[in-house]
Order: sequence, then C-alpha cells, then structure tokens
Amino acid sequence: MALTDGDLQAIWLTVRLAGIVTVILLLVGTPIAWWLARTKAWWKGPVGAVVALPLVLPPSVLGFYLLLAMGPDGPVGHLTQTLGIGLLPFTFWGLVTASVFYSLPFMVQPLQTAFEAIGDRPLEVAATLRASPLDAFFTVAVPLALPGFLTASILTFAHTVGEFGVVLMIGGNLPGETRVASVQIYDHVEALEYAQAHQLAAMMLVFSFLVLLGLYAWRPNPKKG
Amino acid sequence: MNRLKLVLVVCFCLFSLSAHSEKITVAAASDLKFAMDEIITAFKKAHTGDEVDVVFGSSGNFHTQIQQGAPYDLFFSADINFPRELVKGGFAASEVKPYAVGRIVLWSASLDATKMTLASLTAPNITRIAIANPKHAPYGKRAEEALRASGLWEKVQAKLVYGENIVQTAQFVQTGNAQVGIIALSLAGSPELAPKGGYWLIPDNLHKPLEQGFIITKHGENNSLAKHFADYMDSSPARIVMAKYGFVLPGEVSKK
Repeated sequence: MALTDGDLQAIWLTVRLAGIVTVILLLVGTPIAWWLARTKAWWKGPVGAVVALPLVLPPSVLGFYLLLAMGPDGPVGHLTQTLGIGLLPFTFWGLVTASVFYSLPFMVQPLQTAFEAIGDRPLEVAATLRASPLDAFFTVAVPLALPGFLTASILTFAHTVGEFGVVLMIGGNLPGETRVASVQIYDHVEALEYAQAHQLAAMMLVFSFLVLLGLYAWRPNPKKG
Repeated sequence: MNRLKLVLVVCFCLFSLSAHSEKITVAAASDLKFAMDEIITAFKKAHTGDEVDVVFGSSGNFHTQIQQGAPYDLFFSADINFPRELVKGGFAASEVKPYAVGRIVLWSASLDATKMTLASLTAPNITRIAIANPKHAPYGKRAEEALRASGLWEKVQAKLVYGENIVQTAQFVQTGNAQVGIIALSLAGSPELAPKGGYWLIPDNLHKPLEQGFIITKHGENNSLAKHFADYMDSSPARIVMAKYGFVLPGEVSKK
C-alpha cells in the first residue's frame, strides 16, 4: 500500500517545518550559546535555566501558554495583530514560533559545549594577530566548533520532527498547514486506520534511528582526539 | 500512649473500611465533561467509601485503548458504534445501553451566537471556525454533515480549524483563537461555558443523530460497583442531570 497524498503532504510539511526551525535556531541559538560559553555574568545561570526549560516542561505547559500568548488577548497576539500579521495559532508560522521555543535547548546546549571546549587560548592568539572579535569568531571559533554545529543542527531538526503535543494544542490540525507527520499518525490511529498509521510510524522510527546512528557513529571519540 | 493507641485504632478502622469499598474507573467522551462530574458526585453520596475515577477523552481513542486492555470498567461513548464494535469483539460485559442523544450548537465567546445561523458563518469578519475533527470525533462528523446539508461546507472549509475532541474545540473558541465553533450543547449550556457566550441550536434534521451508548467492559465484569453505576444512569437523579445539560434521553422527543 502506498502513502496517501495526505501522508506525503504531512511529511513534506514536517520537513519544511524542521528545516526552517533549524535555520532560525542557528541564527538565534548561536549568539546565545556563544554568550553562555564566554560570559562570567551572574545571570548566566538564570539564562541557561530558561534555555533548558523545554527539556523538562511537558509540551502541554508550553502549548497552553503559547495558545494564550498568541491568542487575540495575549501579548504575542497583540503584537502580531499590530504588525498586521494576524494571529499565529492554527498557522504554519505559529508552529515555527512554537518549535523555536521547543527546540531551543537542542541547538544551544551542544553549541555551548563546543564553544566551551575551544577555550580562551585560540581566541587570544587570534587577537594578538589583530583579528577583531567578530573576525576571530568566524575564522577561529566557527571552524573549530563545526562538529558542534552539525550535532546541534541534526538534533534540532530531529527533535522538531518529533514534536507532537505542542502542535496538537495550537495547530488546529489543518492539512498542508499544521498537520505534521506525528499528528497525521495520531489521526490514523484515532480513525482506526492502523495500516496507514503503521506505514508512517515505521518511517518515523527508521528515520529517527538512522539520525541517531549517524550522530553516534560519526561523533569522534574524545579519548582518541 | 493512649493517644497513639487511638490513632492506631482509627487507622485500622479506615483500612478495614477501604478493604470493603470498591473502585471503578469510567472512561467518558469529553462532551460529558460537566454532566458526568455532576452525576458522579451524586452517585458517590449514595456510595460513600467507594471510589469512582473518571477519565475524559475522545471516544475513538478509548475504543482503541479498551481493545488493548485499558483498565476502564465503564465506557461512555459519544458514538454508539464504538461500544457496539467492542461488544462484537468480545471486549464488553454488557449490552450496549443508549444513554443520550447529543445536540450540536453554534457557540461564540466574542460574537452573539444567539442571533446567528449556520449561514452567518460565511461573514467576512469570521475568519476561524472551530469544529471537532470529523475524521474521528463524533461531534465533528455531525458538524460536517450539518454544514454540508446547508450547502456551506465548500464556502467555509478554508476557515475551519479542527479540535482533537469537543472540549478542545470549545477551548479554541473560549480563548478567542476561533471566533465561533460548533460544539456540544452539553458544553455550551454548562455553568462553566454558558456565562462566556450564547449559543444557537443547530436543527437536528441537518445531521444524523448523535446516538450515544455505554457498556460495562470486560475489565469491569465482576465489579458490582460498575453494575450499580450502570443502573444509576437510568435513575431519575441521573436523568435530570443529563437533561439539564441538554442531552435528549432515550425514550424522549427532542426539541427542535
């Protein structure tokens, strides 16, 4: 039995969502991770804790607050309406916004670890060679942290693909807009279409396994390095 | 020391009491959210010491879970076909008992729904209409039928958002994320939601009846409390509560 049009649409939507979220988080997460890795400010702790919150918070908590915040009476809802964007719940960009919060630690934490591993020395050397801090960041830190960027991007992408609870709470289940693969599977199960649910679910299982296999097989052994 | 003895005696009494008490878990369709809570509160008054737990969710989901051995003793479905299938599959310990016929309404927390009809949904100021997912939620199926019967389905389809169950659908409307929704009368007329907005009753000749039925599951077969609860649904206090929430009871005629 082949995948239905609805299944293909859900897969494509999921890939698009995860891809866009990964790109946004590369742009947003990198400065945060850099700052967390370098700063000695007292509020490093609180900021680190806020970034890590989605790791421990149930998706229902995030979904609930996002639904209220993005609704017509919420602060985000006011902002988007003033900007003429309209309301975010039940839209693709609403999912993107939610996923950026939801997947933030999966981008920031591996990057922070990678930046911390570089240490001060290479950057000090770069500074003696008259590299500006921005120069040093792009020519020294980024190449050295490249494995960290790869790990962070893969984890962010995979984690966004695996999102379900938040999407169910703010998505409204719209085909082609917010009905991602995980929700499509849920719909199949609820409608007792087990054969179709199996197909998509097996694909997700294989995909997730391959991603993690790639990540762990490729990750250099620190003892050898 | 005397006080300690007293505490021990009290503890012993409590333990022996609880040893004689029984416990049931009820799986109920989410349109019963407020009505079932009230029925259980009344039932517990007559059965002090016994424990009644209730889980609300989508009927389709419960149907799947019960087939996989979920420990529910009674199953109240918003669609009578789910318990019928469970009886056929040997997952039930009773016949299917119809307990109510549900009604759907237009409900809004921001507009005056009492002055609306289904045709009002095409108005340009309405950009989001919440209905339950017609693929698996009985109330969603009926909402779709009513919209199709009125020739509005194609016109409003682009505005529809789908709730996972009927309570989530109501919540989309309550938070203002959808201006209007098609939800269960039992929710729109409940003390929790009624103060937030009025409703318009959708004529029941526009859709198939929302026949609801319950069963005692195999899990509850030897639980006498489950049988008491099943009988209680037929009693007049329970029927009064159900009628109060807008359910049409078996053997009664619906208001148009």
